[in-house]
Amino acid sequence: MSSDTVASALPKTRIPSNAEVLRTQRRERISLALRYLILGSVGLLMLYPLFWLLGASFKSNQEIFTTIWFLPKDLTQLLDFSAYYNGWMTRTEFTFATYFLNSFLIVVPRVIVTLISCTLVAYSFARFEYPGRKFLFSIMIGTMLLPPIVLRVPQYLMFKELGMIDTYWPLILPSAFAVDTFFTFLVVQFLRGTPRDMEEAAIIDGCNALQLLWHIVVPLLKPALISVALFQFIWTMNDFIGPLIYISTVEKYPVSLALKMSMDVTGEVAWANIIAISIVALLPSLTVFFLAQRYFIEGATSSGIKG
Amino acid sequence: MYESKRLGYLFVLPFILGILAFNLFPFAASFALSFTDYPLIGSPTYIGLENYEKMVFDDDLFWKSMTVTVSFALIVVPARLAVALFIAQVLNFKLRGINFFRAAYYLPTILGGSIAISVMWKFLFQQKGLVNIILDTVGIDPIPWLASERYAVWTIVALNTWQFGAAMVIFLAALQGVPKSLYEAAEIDGASFWQQFRNVTLPIITPVIFFNMIMQIVHCFQEFNAPYMITEGGPLYSTYFMAIYIYEEAFKYFNMGYASALSWVLFFLIVSIAGGLFWSSKYWVFYSGEKERAR
Repeated sequence: MSSDTVASALPKTRIPSNAEVLRTQRRERISLALRYLILGSVGLLMLYPLFWLLGASFKSNQEIFTTIWFLPKDLTQLLDFSAYYNGWMTRTEFTFATYFLNSFLIVVPRVIVTLISCTLVAYSFARFEYPGRKFLFSIMIGTMLLPPIVLRVPQYLMFKELGMIDTYWPLILPSAFAVDTFFTFLVVQFLRGTPRDMEEAAIIDGCNALQLLWHIVVPLLKPALISVALFQFIWTMNDFIGPLIYISTVEKYPVSLALKMSMDVTGEVAWANIIAISIVALLPSLTVFFLAQRYFIEGATSSGIKG
Repeated sequence: MYESKRLGYLFVLPFILGILAFNLFPFAASFALSFTDYPLIGSPTYIGLENYEKMVFDDDLFWKSMTVTVSFALIVVPARLAVALFIAQVLNFKLRGINFFRAAYYLPTILGGSIAISVMWKFLFQQKGLVNIILDTVGIDPIPWLASERYAVWTIVALNTWQFGAAMVIFLAALQGVPKSLYEAAEIDGASFWQQFRNVTLPIITPVIFFNMIMQIVHCFQEFNAPYMITEGGPLYSTYFMAIYIYEEAFKYFNMGYASALSWVLFFLIVSIAGGLFWSSKYWVFYSGEKERAR
């Protein structure tokens, strides 16, 4: 239908009059102003709570619950970091230094094994031809829709059999087998969109499979792998239910569990302490996001669009 | 070399082992366990359909939890998608600072699952928290957000809507992919902005709407962190989502059999909704160049 109407409309196209140009320009300016108005107010709604949280870490209990403006009334309070100190020291025998170390003991190995396993598996899916490949690939897509909640009980029983309860193994081991299928999928899609010229040249030059993978494919995959590493870093930092199920000794708590514990024991002493430590807990993720937000957006976009 | 079947299998081997050990086996085991009574000590006893019978006829908490979860998803999924699409549409324009806005809107999604954000939310919705202070300045009486059976779930809804970023970046990319020529043609035909949106934009991005919908449904039915942290399932079970019920049955009361049965009912619900959507997609999802998409 559209092609018909377009064709019949074409001959009628003429040079627009001056008034029309002005009207279009005005309409565009109004549209632009309206867009900025919406974007600005929604942006405020999105970010103000975070600013408020930051300001509240310098406020007294009384001020937290009476003021809208995020900065404390007395700006010299901004120089008082005692809430950060108290929050960090906690009211338990461990400080947040322990909890951060624990978090990194989970996050760092998990990111590394995720990168290795995803690269290998994605390489196989995207480049090799063998019977059953399509079937395996469709299983991978299927498991992306499989809610982890159905698997929790048997996984727990399995790790219990293996004597891995209250260790970090249940949180790291699965990632070594590329079962975070979202990531594998992301890398497969990226590799499929990359030309094979360089690899073919390297094969002719006599590279073996591992050399090819390390010297040609991994450098090509760099942007996708950075996305994977960043997402895995933040998701693992934020992971709560995993440690909640598997970690029972306080000494082994990662930041997420420790924060929940602080919240439970704080009572009504000084809310600024728990708020301050929440900000500190967000810092690693915030830093990573601001340094590399391009990779997050690209990763999130490509996973969806090419699906 | 890429013809080498052996190398292909070698590289995919971790995945085959992993998917068997950590997904397919637990998946089957969970189904089997749902027909047993298994209090963690000792071995599972086969009890047939008893768990499912108990759930349907004898467990008010199951029905309560189901109602809470389903109504939550019914509100959050459309709300999130609508906000995400609206913002993406506003952003899809020759704008200065588009990257800043895109990052700012995506930030809550990235941080959203964190316990620290739940802590923040809890403070915002206190009786004397920021939200009520703001309401007070416009003359609305303070609302007992966290203490009332009626409002508690809305704090979780608000938190989830606040995290529309993931869906938004996907929508934005899709909008940017709509061929300009179509809009030009519509313009010449004299189509208004709203008509262009309805008749050009919407049909073209239906595959992405469909994708986002499926992902959000799978996600929302498993909501755990926020209700567990902010409202602790209460008050009066008004935020007692299925994920919390399953967690408590399994890891607080160690009723592994019953917890498995509950998780299978939730799984079945998600699958039937997703299946229904897939079935309906042939009526409303429009694929252009289906052949090219296959590879």
